[in-house]
Amino acid sequence: MAFDEMAGVGGPDRVRESYRALAQWLEEAPADLLAARSRQAELFFRRMGITFAVYGEADAAERLIPFDVVPRIISSSEWLELEAGLVQRVTALNLFLKDIYGPQECLKAGIIPPELVLTNPHYRPEMAGKRPPRDVWVHIAGVDLIRTGEDGFYVLEDNARTPSGVSYMLENREMMMRLFPDLFSEYPVRPVETYTDMLLASLKASAPESAGSEPNVVVLTPGPFNSAYYEHSFLADKLGVELVEGSDLYVDDGRVLMRTTEGPQRVDVIYRRVDDDYLDPLAFNPDSALGVPGLMTAYAAGRVTLANAVGTGVADDKAVYTYMPEIIRFFTGEDPILHNVPTWRCREPDALKEVLARLPELVVKEVGGSGGYGMLVGPAATKAEVEQFRAKLQADPAAFIAQPTLQLSTAPTLSGDGLASRHVDLRPFVLTGPQGVEVAPGGLTRVALKEGSLVVNSSQGGGTKDTWVLDA
Amino acid sequence: MLSRTADSLYWIGRYVERADFLARILEATLRLSSIPSRDGGAEQAWRGAVDSAGVGWAFDATERPANEKTVREYLAFSDDNPSSIRSCLIRARTNARSVRTALTVELWEAINGAWNALGEQGQPARRAEFIDFLGWVKTVTLSVEGAASRTMLRNDAFWFLRLGASIERADNTARLLDVKYHLLLPEGERVGGQLDYFQWTTLLREVSALTAYRWVYRDSVKPWLVADLLVLNRQMPRSLASCQSAIVDHLERLAADYGRRGPSQRIASARLSLLEESSIQAVFQSGLHEYIQDFLDGNNALGQAVAEQYLS
Repeated sequence: MAFDEMAGVGGPDRVRESYRALAQWLEEAPADLLAARSRQAELFFRRMGITFAVYGEADAAERLIPFDVVPRIISSSEWLELEAGLVQRVTALNLFLKDIYGPQECLKAGIIPPELVLTNPHYRPEMAGKRPPRDVWVHIAGVDLIRTGEDGFYVLEDNARTPSGVSYMLENREMMMRLFPDLFSEYPVRPVETYTDMLLASLKASAPESAGSEPNVVVLTPGPFNSAYYEHSFLADKLGVELVEGSDLYVDDGRVLMRTTEGPQRVDVIYRRVDDDYLDPLAFNPDSALGVPGLMTAYAAGRVTLANAVGTGVADDKAVYTYMPEIIRFFTGEDPILHNVPTWRCREPDALKEVLARLPELVVKEVGGSGGYGMLVGPAATKAEVEQFRAKLQADPAAFIAQPTLQLSTAPTLSGDGLASRHVDLRPFVLTGPQGVEVAPGGLTRVALKEGSLVVNSSQGGGTKDTWVLDA
Repeated sequence: MLSRTADSLYWIGRYVERADFLARILEATLRLSSIPSRDGGAEQAWRGAVDSAGVGWAFDATERPANEKTVREYLAFSDDNPSSIRSCLIRARTNARSVRTALTVELWEAINGAWNALGEQGQPARRAEFIDFLGWVKTVTLSVEGAASRTMLRNDAFWFLRLGASIERADNTARLLDVKYHLLLPEGERVGGQLDYFQWTTLLREVSALTAYRWVYRDSVKPWLVADLLVLNRQMPRSLASCQSAIVDHLERLAADYGRRGPSQRIASARLSLLEESSIQAVFQSGLHEYIQDFLDGNNALGQAVAEQYLS
């Protein structure tokens, strides 16, 4: 039995403190109220075009991420602990990146095998010896957490490249306030709407010194066909900045400029939602039509801020992840507040042996993968799928890590036949500026809508919930 | 504003206007083809609709026969026709999606709502349903224009949107005249048959101007007056003169916002002066066909100038 966010580990009668008012409300609500509100939400999301694209599905170029109307609640004491853990972890990530592209003390100290960092596909030699403006690397992180018990939060992934989902954190709250205004009088829910102001302030503060007092910030998107395009346009709108594509920008005399109806305009900070590989066809993938030729030169000269910095992918690589507890201790001098999920590094022969022996019960992931693509969930896979994966694993062990199949906590969720328990995770968003690290009081709760499923990714049929962090 | 944003707004304006124009052509053609005739009038009417829409050549290239079924499909729904109503609404929405941040919620909902509704309805087979569909298309234009005019700031975004609509509208009226000029020759030179009257009224219906004609001229339908209404009459919102005047207004607002005039303002003003100095007699003397050809060339050149000055 998995830990339930509402019922804990107890029987059906027990309700955890923070869920009491909600449980009572759910009990008293008319039978079809939730279903009606759910339909209302879907209609609204579709009208607003709040959609995402699923790669490899021709007939469903744009889909809605299903929205579950039952909120997920985090008490103020739970949040304090999470917040401290996230600040510590992201502080360490920033210091780690600064170090591996700088003096490499942690490699010299043997904290992590140097080859794992230096030959990592996400390590950017172009950044060696470079420091991004104001020394900020991971401006925005979306750390995936799962819970297995009352005190058991674990970090599943540190998304330190271009984490998405924050628009759903914000839109879900708007939707809940519209659908269930009464519930908000029962709960002191901390507002999340300040996120975009926090983000804008943090981005502006990270601008190069040459930018002056009013830096020009833009959001760079791969374009309308990207799966997260809605989010890119949403963020640009809320930040009040231009949403640009690569072709809108060019580099002249070491400066980044954008083409406007009134001629060229200087750009100081680029919140880029384009991967490193596609940023600059002259420096990286020469076939990229998404990037800006010469951007890396301007960046290396400190003329423009990229958020996140180039080369942060090393820090959210799943093989490097396994060393995070040591990395945190090394850079902060503290014990990690948030724990890693125990992980086998398949690159190590002993670990590989054990993983192969226990394959049907484990979760195996590609070290560089994301979005729930290319992973094996042993207990949910057919025998043939397990064997297929075994072959992949044996062919290239270093490309994989394995973890026990954790019982993600469940939360009450509206299903076809009323409320049911479904597995959830949590992605809070962590911002880093020159002044420090802060966490938006909320996050994206993803829910596996299929009964028993542990895969919460929206690309794999997961949905989202509003996440309520309570004030003390 | 980003040049790409301006470009998308401009094309939203053009595509929505074009969808509306196609709906009107199809409505007028349904009516014309219902008039009994002994000489294959219906087939000719449908072939004429493709010409009016300015896609006659592309239609022929698909080697479809011209009849009610094929023309309705081609002009309203076909994906091979980049100017079908369906294609126009899809493209308008694609452009809108790429400039979401420049649109008000109301304008986005009008465009995205049309796109959602388009996906939900199939291709109506019966005439009654098809007429409902065309009526729906016209309400889409009304709601898009209404949303824009009621909710948008009067800034460059608005002017680019309206500029696209005005240039498209000028182009539509001119192309319509270009394929029908032979129906409008002055009395005595006419070669037409008994269907002429219906042809003229159809032409007026295609630009929703039959009632307007009667109010303006208080006369029976005469071809040179039809030409006057569509070319020079400033009360008629789809006349070339009205469209050109709107184009000049929008471009001047842009110039004022940006504090700078350029080639497109100069070209547009010169074109408006030419129209204002014309009389319909003079137009007929120099040849209606040549006159319209010149107008179309000039309109294209203006579109090019706008693209160079602002959109790239």
